[in-house]
Amino acid sequence: MSWYYIEGILIQCGYVLMVVLGLSLLTGFAGLFSFGHAGFMAIGAYVSAICTTKFGLSFLPALLLGGVVAGVVGAGLGKLTLNLKGDYFCIATLGFGEAVRLILENWEYVGGARGISGIPWETNLKSVIIACAIGTLALMALVRSRHGRSIIAIREDELAAEMSGINTFRYKMIALIISAVYAGIGGGLLAHYMTYIQPKMFQMVKSTEYTIIVIFGGLGSVTGSIIGTFILTFLPEMLRSLDNWRLVIYGLAVIVIMVIRPRGLMGGVELGDIFRLPARRRAAKLAEERIKNMNGESAGEEAQR
Amino acid sequence: MGKALLKTNNLSVSFGGIHALRETNIEIMPGEIVAIIGSNGAGKSSMMNAISGVIKFSGEIEFKGSALPKKAHKIVSAGISHVPEGRLIFANLTTMENLRMGAYLRSDSRAVAETLARVLDMFPRLKERENQIAGTLSGGEQQMLAMGRGLMSDPELLLLDEPSLGLAPILVDTIFDIIRKIKQMGKTILLVEQNAYKALSVADRAYVLTQGRITLEGAASDIMCNPLVVDAYLGKKAQ
Repeated sequence: MSWYYIEGILIQCGYVLMVVLGLSLLTGFAGLFSFGHAGFMAIGAYVSAICTTKFGLSFLPALLLGGVVAGVVGAGLGKLTLNLKGDYFCIATLGFGEAVRLILENWEYVGGARGISGIPWETNLKSVIIACAIGTLALMALVRSRHGRSIIAIREDELAAEMSGINTFRYKMIALIISAVYAGIGGGLLAHYMTYIQPKMFQMVKSTEYTIIVIFGGLGSVTGSIIGTFILTFLPEMLRSLDNWRLVIYGLAVIVIMVIRPRGLMGGVELGDIFRLPARRRAAKLAEERIKNMNGESAGEEAQR
Repeated sequence: MGKALLKTNNLSVSFGGIHALRETNIEIMPGEIVAIIGSNGAGKSSMMNAISGVIKFSGEIEFKGSALPKKAHKIVSAGISHVPEGRLIFANLTTMENLRMGAYLRSDSRAVAETLARVLDMFPRLKERENQIAGTLSGGEQQMLAMGRGLMSDPELLLLDEPSLGLAPILVDTIFDIIRKIKQMGKTILLVEQNAYKALSVADRAYVLTQGRITLEGAASDIMCNPLVVDAYLGKKAQ
């Protein structure tokens, strides 16, 4: 494998990672499943591509503008759908993602089904590394902050969070908007790497792929999402010599991981936590003993009845 | 009677076409325990959920003489804390983290530490379990934790929804002892209970809800002797 080839895959990892980080916040931390993130990605890709090709804006402002527009659309979507509970929100995002794609397909200004070509090639390894580093650090800081804990509380128990005084609607909205901004920037990076975009690139399958990566990496773990992105982006490339069988192996790999580790590779833990293993072992042992005692106790409670 | 801490004015709740609560008027005076008793589906929990802002209602609710905000998080900061039916603790957090969640809206860390000390004093069991994951606590401990968490926001009015649900009889007694202690702290309590006898013995006043309407109200001791209540909720043997 030539370095050029590997570099290409790394850049692909980079823009996928931006989307996955955003989705990790929404799904892994706020507990809201989205099957429409390809839609936000499409918005970011199209807005930034239009800015650079039609208005001659330079790459960085175009990229940021793409993220901002995706965030604004995310806010609109949230206003309409965040009051929906559980699966209903998920279905609404699915509809949103497809709607975005269909609108782009039928809109001549953005090239219809042909899409936009001749986008300047701006995304290189350096730019994705910078974007991902900023994205990761910002997300880490967010989930460890007071706001992040409020978002996690919503995932744990929305009603209990509300009764503790958390403005649940506001925090779900924040999670969705930030998540959409990440996806929009990911889309912008994609557009300026591929140098052409078309609506077909943002089908629902893409959204599902990102959700799979987040679940594979483990809900509620930023490092898990990063590891998941690298494995699931590199794997199909490594297996390219197997032709069509590679997708079968990809599918099997996902199934095997989910069977062996139902909470994903890093469910709920960060990479750094693993180095603090002794403390965790002690806590786990304590909990185990406690469960043993509890079983004894509840047997006693039943006897009293 | 002095000024009511909480007062509802034609409070109604409906789910689709079904009326869970029809034009109920209740008053809670500062410092008292008010019990709401009634059978399954009488609207007891709906009344609590309406007060704490988690479901929509029509009518008015007045708290400390002015209209109660509509949003749940604003109601918590106004001074009402709801300990929901089925506890709803954060199962993956430790006991201590759950308690801290209850003080989410308070920024004065010294006052929070003071409340925490008081709560741990009231529930020594929680102190023992301080670093344990809350989901592995026993049912009684989880109920204590939910009540402790409710107290952490230092509310003026505590809403307790079915605190004895699913607990062994000996734990039910413990929980009701704690309710008395909370009253001694100067808190006002609205208590919803299936266990009517227990609820009436701890309460000052009570309302009886039947199919969404208040059919009886008065001093708890009077209600306990009311033949209708004895028949419907206490059973003849209780006398």
